[in-house]
Amino acid sequence: MEDKLIIGGQEITSRLFLGTGKFSPNRLIKEAVRSSGVQVVTVALRRVDLEYEEENIASFVPKDCILMPNTSGARNAGEAVRIARLARAAGLGHWVKIEVVTDNRYLLPDNFETIKATEILSAEGFVVLPYMSPDLIVAKKLLEAGAAAVMPLGAPIGSNRGFKTRELVRILIDEIPLPIIVDAGIGRPSEAAEAMEAGAAAVLVNTAIATAGDPVAMARAFGLAVEAGRAAYISGFGATQVYASASSPLTGFLSD
Amino acid sequence: MSFYIERKNYEKFDFYNFFERVDDADIERVIAKDRLSELDYLTLLSPRAEGYLEAMAQKSLLLTIRHFGRVILLYTPLYLANYCVNHCVYCGFQVRNRLSRKKLSVDEVEAEAKIIAATGLKHILILTGESRKKSPVSYIKECIEVLKRYFTSISIEIYPLEEYEYAALISAGVDGLTIYQEVYNEEVYADLHPAGPKRNYRFRLEAPERACRAGIRTVNVGALLGLHDWRSEAFFTGLHANYLQNLFPEVDVSVSPPRIRPQLGGYRPDIEVSDKNLVQYMLAFRLFMPRGGITVSTRERAELRDHLVKLGATKMSAGSSTAVGGRSNGGATGQFEISDGRSVAEMAAMLYSMGYQPVYKDWQ
Amino acid sequence: MRITLNGKETGLPEGVTVAGLIALKKLNPKTVIVEYNHELVKEETWADIVIKENDKLEVLRFVGGG
Repeated sequence: MEDKLIIGGQEITSRLFLGTGKFSPNRLIKEAVRSSGVQVVTVALRRVDLEYEEENIASFVPKDCILMPNTSGARNAGEAVRIARLARAAGLGHWVKIEVVTDNRYLLPDNFETIKATEILSAEGFVVLPYMSPDLIVAKKLLEAGAAAVMPLGAPIGSNRGFKTRELVRILIDEIPLPIIVDAGIGRPSEAAEAMEAGAAAVLVNTAIATAGDPVAMARAFGLAVEAGRAAYISGFGATQVYASASSPLTGFLSD
Repeated sequence: MSFYIERKNYEKFDFYNFFERVDDADIERVIAKDRLSELDYLTLLSPRAEGYLEAMAQKSLLLTIRHFGRVILLYTPLYLANYCVNHCVYCGFQVRNRLSRKKLSVDEVEAEAKIIAATGLKHILILTGESRKKSPVSYIKECIEVLKRYFTSISIEIYPLEEYEYAALISAGVDGLTIYQEVYNEEVYADLHPAGPKRNYRFRLEAPERACRAGIRTVNVGALLGLHDWRSEAFFTGLHANYLQNLFPEVDVSVSPPRIRPQLGGYRPDIEVSDKNLVQYMLAFRLFMPRGGITVSTRERAELRDHLVKLGATKMSAGSSTAVGGRSNGGATGQFEISDGRSVAEMAAMLYSMGYQPVYKDWQ
Repeated sequence: MRITLNGKETGLPEGVTVAGLIALKKLNPKTVIVEYNHELVKEETWADIVIKENDKLEVLRFVGGG
């Protein structure tokens, strides 16, 4: 059975997406991409710090990757739209991860502004992957707005707390006919596998890889975990719950 | 969007081949799942799954109690008129059958309403044959005006309407629609409905969608079991219910699994649908749509209905008569013979004895 | 003259072009994006744009992000 992940009409070869924040040094990004087989890589757009010399992140990402700018820093739909347009104009392709965060304490996304930005950017031909708090009604609106996938958080950004939103994300997996990509909060390969076993289409990991003792080896571990989890999901789980014959059967009256 | 289009996904589906390939492991896997796909549902409708009815029943009972509690909503049908221009070959009220045709006057409707209301029931289902001339929407509206003084929930089981007509009846006080497609297989449908407005398969199939768009609160769909292969018909009924629930998350969606009964005209179904088949259908549907309602009418025998209380049913009729004015004025010909003649009080007593609560008024 | 550069008011000699500004700040033109008065301007046009009093410039770059 063929199991392809297709987003925006393009077949994606790896179900692990990699964020490029917090790598030190940046050259580890390239090695992590290589060790894990990652294809989709996110970057952010920021004002240049005019006091210090900085590196160009794109030069650390292998050319065959899909660079997906995020709109981090955007505090409303308008700002997210601006960042997406700038990134596209700068030659970064037409993929965009919408990220609108107004809550500085937990860094939780603003679902309402995210819907608005998704609507505008899809209409402009972007492949839009909105980052969101898992909510069925919001996910349906994102679908209507033209999202190419939906990216619910597993736990707050950078928290490494694991797949805490499992029950809510499962509802999205069941109900939304789009790839559901668990983004944020995944701290360990086992948690990535858990999300994949639950039917997530992909997992986006950044902090857990970038801040690991050996980021390159950890990237590989995540790549393997994501593959294992997907293979398990596709295989179909065996029956774990046996409904034993009750002492008073409900169907005993149906004698042939 | 329309279920008419949606169902075409399975137009050329080879049910026989699918059922041949279902094995025990497939069935066990499906029973263990939390969320069933369309084909998982079909797996549970397979002949092979008959070996798993007890496991399905145990899970069904847990799901039903979890989502509905130990309750059965009681309602009763009220036939307003039996004038009909359709030729449904299986129906006692079809145009070619000779019987005394009748339509209740508004006063007669009130007399029946008083008798029913005295039993404590608050949910009523009103029925007519298809005759826009004898039983126009305006007549149904007049009846509703009277009935809403006695009942908190009024459902209609009448000929399919346009969306604006549903909207008019809803604003008059209707909150539920029951409409059976009778047969989901389009060719068989054409054979069984040789003439009359009911020949329009698509208009009938899309009636629940129109009612939902008009703002109805509950819809109940179903296939009349015995007219065509019940497994595929049960499958399409489930798909229809699921389609409506996905499209209209705010609507309560139910199915009925009515088996054809002896009626005037003597139509005998080709296909026998056994008690076991009926139970398998109800259980498969419960596992497929844990929150979906299942309505069981007095077409079924008392003894069987008692068992069905714990096999996924959520609504049952009681104190029924299928004749026009049958309560205040006995002896008229009914649409079909009922099998469970128990009164509302007797049904309530049965439910209490099983640890269940009869519900007369679901919401208001 | 005064301009706003990356949100800060900054002094700049008269007659400097966008290309000149990038050189002045020792930035590699291949790695930055310039928004001139809220519009993205491509590198090929930088030498033709002479910066005026009260202009707003944003110089941006892709950085690591998740």
